[in-house]
Amino acid sequence: MSTPNEVTLEQYGRYPTAWCPGCGNFAILRAVKQALVSSGLAPHQVLFVSGIGQAAKTPHYLNANVFNGLHGRALPVATGAKLANPELVVIVESGDGCSYGEGGNHFLNAIRRNVDLTLIVHDNQVYGLTKGQASPTSLQGFVTKAQPQGVLSPPFNPLAVAVAMHAGFVARGFSGMVDHLVDLIRQAIAHPGLSLVDVFQPCVTFNRVNTMQWYREHTYLLPAAHDPTDWEAAMRLAMQQDRYPLGIIYREERPAFHTQFPTLAQGPLVGRTVDKQALAQLMERYA
Amino acid sequence: MDGEALNIVLGGEAGQGLVTLGELLAKTLVRSGYSINVTQDYQNRVRGGHNTFRIRTSPDPVLAPQEPIDLLVALSAQTPDLLGKDMSSQGLILADRALQLQGGSLEVPYSELADSRYVNVAALGVLGGLLGLDHHVALQLVHDNFSRMGAEVIEKNRQALDAGFAWSRGRQTALRRLPPAADRLRRLMLNGNEALVLGALSAGLRFYSFYPMTPSTPIALHLAACAEKMGLVVEQGEDEIAVINMALGASFAGAPAMVGTSGGGFALMVESVSLAGMTETPIVIVVGQRPGPATGLPTRTEQGDLEFVLHSGHGEFPRAIFAPGDVEQCFHLARRALELAEQYQTPVFVLTDLYLADCYQAVPPFALESLAQCGFGAAQPPVSTPYRRYAITEDGISPRLLPGMSEHLVVADSDEHDEAGHLTEDLSIRARMVEKRLRKGQGLARQTMPPEYCGDDRPELLLVSWGSTRGSALEAAATLRAQGVKAATLHFAQVWPLVPEQFAARLENAGQVVSVEGNACGQFARLLRRETGLHIRRHVHRYDGLPITPEFILRELGTQL
Repeated sequence: MSTPNEVTLEQYGRYPTAWCPGCGNFAILRAVKQALVSSGLAPHQVLFVSGIGQAAKTPHYLNANVFNGLHGRALPVATGAKLANPELVVIVESGDGCSYGEGGNHFLNAIRRNVDLTLIVHDNQVYGLTKGQASPTSLQGFVTKAQPQGVLSPPFNPLAVAVAMHAGFVARGFSGMVDHLVDLIRQAIAHPGLSLVDVFQPCVTFNRVNTMQWYREHTYLLPAAHDPTDWEAAMRLAMQQDRYPLGIIYREERPAFHTQFPTLAQGPLVGRTVDKQALAQLMERYA
Repeated sequence: MDGEALNIVLGGEAGQGLVTLGELLAKTLVRSGYSINVTQDYQNRVRGGHNTFRIRTSPDPVLAPQEPIDLLVALSAQTPDLLGKDMSSQGLILADRALQLQGGSLEVPYSELADSRYVNVAALGVLGGLLGLDHHVALQLVHDNFSRMGAEVIEKNRQALDAGFAWSRGRQTALRRLPPAADRLRRLMLNGNEALVLGALSAGLRFYSFYPMTPSTPIALHLAACAEKMGLVVEQGEDEIAVINMALGASFAGAPAMVGTSGGGFALMVESVSLAGMTETPIVIVVGQRPGPATGLPTRTEQGDLEFVLHSGHGEFPRAIFAPGDVEQCFHLARRALELAEQYQTPVFVLTDLYLADCYQAVPPFALESLAQCGFGAAQPPVSTPYRRYAITEDGISPRLLPGMSEHLVVADSDEHDEAGHLTEDLSIRARMVEKRLRKGQGLARQTMPPEYCGDDRPELLLVSWGSTRGSALEAAATLRAQGVKAATLHFAQVWPLVPEQFAARLENAGQVVSVEGNACGQFARLLRRETGLHIRRHVHRYDGLPITPEFILRELGTQL
């Protein structure tokens, strides 16, 4: 087992990717690796779970345990893994389509359960892997080949939903501010419960509206005076649609899901032996 | 069919305590040494309607339900109207005097025997007396059942039981007495779901996720009730998609995992059946069948999802499908399913149906001490470095490590992947991975349980069945043999993979082969034809939502002969 000060960035490796040059994913990958190093976590202690999309490939480009599952289904896989072995540090990484569209119901219920995991959503407001259709966070009126009249519905607001549901840690980062993002992810990992880090990132190929420049113009760093435990203030910030705040919007301490299962107080489910005496007593009830 | 058997049917509205009384009577019979087969027929509602709890019982083994009613216990005035036509010639209708039925029934003054709160136990006494059961056995059961509710409740129930027995004991009726049971060996009264639960726990089940759906919900309720004691996690998912993905996550991280559902819920899980196949993650999926399509008949039975389960999931990957033929097999096949899922790292199914899920039978206690558990210890097998989760091996099974349990990294991917688990578009690797996964199917086939054959080696008539129709086929064949027909049965408790060498000669050696299935299309006969080239041309199919009975088979054969 490595002690924190032995973990290095090199342990997390460097791999060729399938991403376009200039993609925001590169910065997020760098930030995730730096956050893990600064958290003192060695690769074997961490499980990445992802879905499908360009963002969901991220775990293949670093060293860690990985379950790269189906589109939209990362959160329930992560929930099951965390319940089986609460000692794993679980990070879910996927895009806005996977996390908020296909996986919307799981997003709501992972927040309700307060599963101790970090959900990093690469939010570029467009579908990249399938080449440029609208995503749940695309702005109203956003024109694509699939939505030639522009997107008809207003965007899904993940932060407002998360704050409304009293998610324990709700933050927004920006791929153009890597050091800030590293700190957000590090704090999200340290938070004992569900942490949402929604990360704005440009899609240089399919989103010509929400560009790096657009994000710089439409975001601002939360002032130090913001109290993230103030729910009403957090709700107001989450609802801001003209300029989007970056930083930790809301924090609340709630018991993590796995801590509420009495049997998990004895440690992971892995490797347990059948208690035949208890089973015999159970069988006896049917006699 | 067993001429000594009595068919006792309780009929009434939902919410009248029908099941409580039925379970008390069934357990009194089991503890008295009798064999039972209980069929529950209920409507998709919480109150009202008309439900039945049918107990067929005999000193000899009873394998199937029976249609003619020997004793009809009417809890509602509509019961005799609905079921009177099914009475056997010596049948007796027992009714509450307060129902004021028009003649023909034995009227019991329950209100004189007990307060309304204890009337179920008074009825147990009345039935015990009529059937000639041992009062002490019933008394002990009442004591065991109500012991947690305090001395006063026990005493009131004891009085009600005594009053019931006193009223009916020695009363002359048309009803045959049950012959005495040969012995009182200790047995369990279990239904299919309960046996599945015990079997899965004995194999080391650690994670069960579910979304409520008839007839599989009770599996979750039983597991949730013992989760803390048995050291497992039970979680209700937000939908069946979450359910199966949670189970896969838990299994990936090292907890032997199972999910339970019915056809409609399973339809939602199907994409992740494929995910289990691709990521080579062990999982057991219990599908308790009920009639479809869509919502169908939610509280009735059918065997209509064989082809669906067999072909579920896109792409090609190995699987095994078990179809227990009785309650005892539910225990053993749940164990087998967990073992094979872990061994072959692939989805394994247990295909039951509503009839079997709810069917109570008397089962000898399981020898738990001698049963091995499946699954991983915390000790990780030695592997070469760097660890390759999908290392290509001769039998297709790659050494499986668990994430976080060593410094090795475990990488699983739903994309086609290389041996290390990372996504690849190298098409030569793709072909080798397909072959590796399918080689596991060959191993599974080598472990296929042969079907159970019963009867003459060269029968005139061979009844082929699978899953819960086993008992009815056996009893129908026994009746035919008693009538001089050389009849035999072939029952499949494992329906995939099929190994024709195990049974093809049986099909060829029979004069006529008839498939007996609870569906309209003869799905298993079609599968047999596909795998063996043998065409079964005669069928007994039932698809009205009721279980196949021996009488149904004989009637259908009669019309076909």
